[in-house]
Formats: sequence, structure tokens, C-alpha cells
Amino acid sequence: MARGTRTGAPADPFPDSASKRAFPLLLTAGFVAVLAGSLYVSEADPRKLVEGDALGNVARFVQGGFPPRLTWEFLQQLVRPTIETIQISVMGTCIAVLIGLPLGLLATSSLSWSGVLHERRSRVGRWALGFLPYAASRAVLSAFRSIPEYVWAFMFVRAVGLGPFAGALAIGVAYGGMLGKVYSEILEGVNPRPLETLHASGASRAGIVLYGLIPQALPTFISYTLYRWECAIRASAILGLVGAGGLGQQVELSMRFFLFDEVITILGVLFCLVAAVDFISGRLRASVVR
Amino acid sequence: MSRSGVWASAGFAALVIWSYHGTGMDLGELFGPEGLRQIGLYVVRLFPPDLSPPALRAAGVGAVETFAISFVGSVLAVGIAVPLAIATTRSLLYRGILHEGRTMGPRARAVRVGIYALAKGLLNLLRTIPEILWALLFVFMVGLGPFPGVLALGFHTGGVLGKLFGEVLDDVDPRPLEALQSTGASRLRILFYGILPQAAPQCLSYALYRWEVNIRAAAVLGFVGAGGLGQRIHVAISLFLEHQLLTLVLAIYVMVTLVDALSAYLRRRLV
Repeated sequence: MARGTRTGAPADPFPDSASKRAFPLLLTAGFVAVLAGSLYVSEADPRKLVEGDALGNVARFVQGGFPPRLTWEFLQQLVRPTIETIQISVMGTCIAVLIGLPLGLLATSSLSWSGVLHERRSRVGRWALGFLPYAASRAVLSAFRSIPEYVWAFMFVRAVGLGPFAGALAIGVAYGGMLGKVYSEILEGVNPRPLETLHASGASRAGIVLYGLIPQALPTFISYTLYRWECAIRASAILGLVGAGGLGQQVELSMRFFLFDEVITILGVLFCLVAAVDFISGRLRASVVR
Repeated sequence: MSRSGVWASAGFAALVIWSYHGTGMDLGELFGPEGLRQIGLYVVRLFPPDLSPPALRAAGVGAVETFAISFVGSVLAVGIAVPLAIATTRSLLYRGILHEGRTMGPRARAVRVGIYALAKGLLNLLRTIPEILWALLFVFMVGLGPFPGVLALGFHTGGVLGKLFGEVLDDVDPRPLEALQSTGASRLRILFYGILPQAAPQCLSYALYRWEVNIRAAAVLGFVGAGGLGQRIHVAISLFLEHQLLTLVLAIYVMVTLVDALSAYLRRRLV
């Protein structure tokens, strides 16, 4: 025997640090602890699904819901809220672009204070004219998108009254925050080489933005905005639950009077509406990005 | 501009004008003296937030409840999504490399195609109904409280994640699978050492992303009686407790920011 003991595999030349090795264990322990606490707090109890009146309630819902109510008067009654839902989603998305575009431009570091556009500016000018608006617009965007659209709708209903206008404003503000963030990410992610080429050829700052930045970012902008419109139609359909117009208001009413056949019909309309918007938006996106 | 571009612009303009009228938008009134005064008055009424101990306690309890709903709801969603995703992955069920060299009777194949169609339909149903409507149904079924919120998030998000997981499973790079197969690996081995390691990081990333979405949703499910901050916001708005409302809205902001940061950290460490 040439060597005394066999040690199996050679020693790992780059052993993991203790903290790195402990990470999966800690993570699992943390996950289990948080899950147990959350199960307790959320009163999750599968038995509730079968005990008491739960199954009877399901049966009542299904029995009351089928066949769905398809009378002519009821369908006519749904036309207006359906149209309102579409209009809220379109207007909401427009407001979101109006909010998201300027704030998103300000929140783009390569536009407001760093990078090729600002090489010729003094440090103080960069900081005061660039960084401050940049930080402020980031904070505003973050507040806009962190508060869910239903809460916005609730507050706008109080501020401007019941109806679709409050719904459009709510979607506009909440989605404006999301669009602004995504716009700035798109702008920061564009290929910098065309900008540097323009810069080297002596183009002005506006020229660099117009001919270097915008053409690169525009297709993604449009595509993402259309995607947000798809989300907006879903949101606008249910904002009515808090009194902001659209199909949601109708669902609330029917649910309150236990008219489940009407609820099923409205869900069917909602399904068709969402599918149609997804289809249209998908076609448009394909033609823009191509 | 091309001809189709002109048509598209005209159609878009018409759509916007139609929506502007339909929603009763009135920018003149909104930004006119009266409208601005109204909004200003409302904002002034919101400030300052109510920071008295009872209000803070209510916000804290609501925030913890909202967090719990989003967390358990997301875990439930993954539990619903995984089996359905596997059942909607054609490359696992009846075609592709796992099934090469085996002959499947027409009957067996029909059963598998049936499973695929059924699971796909179920996922569509789960996904189409928004979480707040699921919450409405579950409140009707099991009563008020956070539990219907958990179920609502689990069902809707389960549908969303099931679709995404299925796409990930279908899109794995086939070359490692072929390499495994050529070394004589069994089908189970191909699944465990070829497909799952490729799909897991992406699936985990999607699950974390949906958790971020769910914390926002959990904050509003209370509007229909499903617990959390939403329920307290509903009460505060109905009783015109504006200062308390601002406290609760700030609590949502803090929760959402925290969960976003946590999810980003986990994604960096794990994916």
C-alpha cells in the first residue's frame, strides 16, 4: 500500500463558506416556520370546506347558476356595463401612458444624469437638474404602483364620485406607476453603441434621444403598453365591486341578491371580453414587434 | 406613414374619443378650480395618518394577516399548479423523447390526450375568474375571514402558474435529454436529471413573481370580506375615518415593498 488511508474524493480546493453551506438549511427552516405561522394566522383549515353548510352552499350556487340566465332583457342590461368596461380600460391605459411616460423618462438614469448624454455637463448641474428629479420620480412611481388599483378606485370614488371616471383614474394612476418603471428599464437597457456613435458624430442631446434612443425603445414600449391594456380590461371589469362602473357592479348586485344564474352569465361575458382583448392585443403586438 | 398606419391611428383616435365620452371624463372639470379643490380637500383630510396605538395595532394585525394570506395562497397555488402543469405537458404525456421507441395503443393515447385537454380546460377556468370573484364565491361557501382569501389566491394563481409551468416544461432544451437517453437512462431518470433541473429555476422565479402579485391582491380581497388590510380599509372608508385609511394604505405600501425586496433577494440567491 503506497498510501496509508484512502480519503475518497480529493479535498475540495474551494470549500464553501459555512454561511453558504447553511443557507439551504436556514431557508428551509425559515420557509417551514413562516408557512406554519401563516397557516395559523390565515385560519386555513381544509375541514371548513366539507363541514357545515359549505358543500350545501356550493350545491346551491351551482343549482342556482345553471342554466345561466340568457333572457333578452338581461343581456340588453349587460350591454352598457360591458361597453363601460372597455371604455374604462382604454381611458385608464391612456391616462397611465400620460403619467408613466414623463415620469418614466425622468426616472431613466441614462437620460437624467449619467452616461453619454451628460458627459459635457458639470457635476453640480448633473446633480441638481438630473439626480433630484430622477430620485423624486422614482419615489412617485413606486408609491403609485404599490397601492393596488382597487384602493385607488376606492379613494377616487370618494374624490370624484361613483362611476366609470373613478375607475379610469384608478387604473391610470396604478398602471402609470408600473408603465413608468418598465419604460425606464427599457430605456436603460437599449444598446448604447448607436448613442455613442451619434455622440461622436457631434449630435445634440435631443438628436441622440430622438434618433438613437426612441427608435430602439419604441416597439417594446408599445408591446408592453398593449400587455397592460389586457390587464386593464380584467381590472376594469371588477373595479365595479367598489362602485367604479363596469361589469363588476353588476356582479356585486347579482351576488347580493343570490341571483347566481346572472352571475354565471356575467362571468361568461367577461370571459369572452377578456379572450377578445387578448386576441386583438396579441395580433397588434405581433405586428409591432415584427 | 403607410396606409395601414393611417387606418390604425384613426381607429385608435376614435377609440380614445369614444372612451373619453363613455367614461364621463371631464379634464376641464377635473383640473378646473372646483375639481382641484375637491381633490385637494380630500388629500388634506387624509393627513396626518392616524398613528395612535390602536390604529397602529389594527394596521399591524391587518398587515400580518395580509402577508399570511398571500404566503399560504401562493403555496397552495404551487400545489395546484404542479400536477396540472404536468398534466398539460404533452412532452411528458404522449409525445417526444420520453416516448420514443415505445408503442402506445390508440386507447392509451386517447386517454392521455383526454387528460391533457381536461387539465388545460381546468387551468383556463381557474385563470379566467379573477381572484376577487373567487373570493366572493369562497366567502359564500366558507364564510367571512382570511381563509376564503387564501383559497381565492390559490385557485386563480394556481391557474396562472399552471400555464406558465407547463410552458417551461414544454420548452426545455432537448439536447441534454437526448444525451441522457443515449447513455441508457430510464425515463424517470430523464425526467429527474434532464427535465426538472432545467425547469426548476424558471418555475421558482415565476412563483416568486406571483407572490409579489399576490401580496397586492391579498391587500384588497378584504373588500369582499376575505380578511387582511382590505377589510379594514373597507371599514375605514365606509366610516369616513380618513386618517386611519392613510395609515392602512401606508401599511400596504410597506408590506408590498418588503415582499418585493424579499422576493428579489430570494431570486438572486436561488435562481
